[in-house]
Amino acid sequence: MALHFELVTPERLVLSEEVHMVVVPGTEGEFGVLEGHAPFMSTVKDGALKVYDRDGAEPRIIQVEGGFAEVSETGLTVLAEKAH
Amino acid sequence: MASLKELKGRIVSVKSTQKITKAKQMVAAAKLRKAQAAAEAARPYAQRLEGVVASLAGKVTGDNAPRLLAGTGKDDTHLLLVANGDKGLSGAFNANIVKAAIAKANALIAQGKTVKFYLVGRKGRAVINRLFPGKIVGQYDTTDVRTPGFDEASAVAHDVSNRFFAGEFDVAHLFYSGFKSALLQIPTEQQIIPVKIPADAPASSGAAVEYEPDEEAILADLLPRNITIQLFKALLENMASEQGASMTAMDNATRNAGDLIKKLTIEYNRSRQAAITTELVEIISGAEAL
Repeated sequence: MALHFELVTPERLVLSEEVHMVVVPGTEGEFGVLEGHAPFMSTVKDGALKVYDRDGAEPRIIQVEGGFAEVSETGLTVLAEKAH
Repeated sequence: MASLKELKGRIVSVKSTQKITKAKQMVAAAKLRKAQAAAEAARPYAQRLEGVVASLAGKVTGDNAPRLLAGTGKDDTHLLLVANGDKGLSGAFNANIVKAAIAKANALIAQGKTVKFYLVGRKGRAVINRLFPGKIVGQYDTTDVRTPGFDEASAVAHDVSNRFFAGEFDVAHLFYSGFKSALLQIPTEQQIIPVKIPADAPASSGAAVEYEPDEEAILADLLPRNITIQLFKALLENMASEQGASMTAMDNATRNAGDLIKKLTIEYNRSRQAAITTELVEIISGAEAL
């Protein structure tokens, strides 16, 4: 089961891929998104986005600033002003 | 008739002008490709943000709506944000944007509104300052920036929204050159404050969406970002338009220079031949006289 994850900045589409889980630093606490998550919107605070490619794998860390996350039927979309 | 030497001088000078315009045309063509790619790369973000804002704006109405969406409730003072380039040699690119802004300003003044200007970029300042002295309240200089990017858009958006919250104006319009193709750029006007929600925005899906924090807080967070992204989009389109206009203008200039060179060369050859004929006639009639 894979989650479709997109990370978008104003300059470009940074990532668009199938992953296992993403942990997002929401303004009201971190939350993990797996496949089939209920529709959800949250603002994101500046911090680290953890992307797990497989279950139990080491996460990839992406620093984001000025972000916003949206979970819909199609997957997770994170809009960030800066990502690196 | 100009002397041979004069004609030769003119041909040389037109030729060197042609070299410059040709070089500028090739540079613009290369830059245009880059600018177009940048404008395309920025589209996904703008589209998604617009979708989210539109679906949220439908839910948050009435007194809870943030000021950036609802406006000040007045319609007296208008701020015209004019995004121009910094350089010339791009045909009517800058002039068209300024013309659109001036037309709008005159229309607003005729309705008894107050008009203020905020300029991005160096061009256009002189004209606006002459026609509407003292109306330029702010300017963002992009002279030192090679390619205006998100940071510049963010700085301008920040400055403008601060002015909005300070009550300096009620409505803000943005003027820039919309990029259609290398041959066609359309001066575009867009209202950015209060935020206009496109009528054809996708309706939110039926699923119950959870919000964290609540809708109002998210919307309040996203609206300033929406203004930034609109500005960013305008800057990118402007850049592509400027290069497109420059390419077309320089192509025309190169061709005109070519025509001029052809004409001058013909004139030069005619005068040369006329001189030779005259000389021959003189020699022959001199010989006959003997």
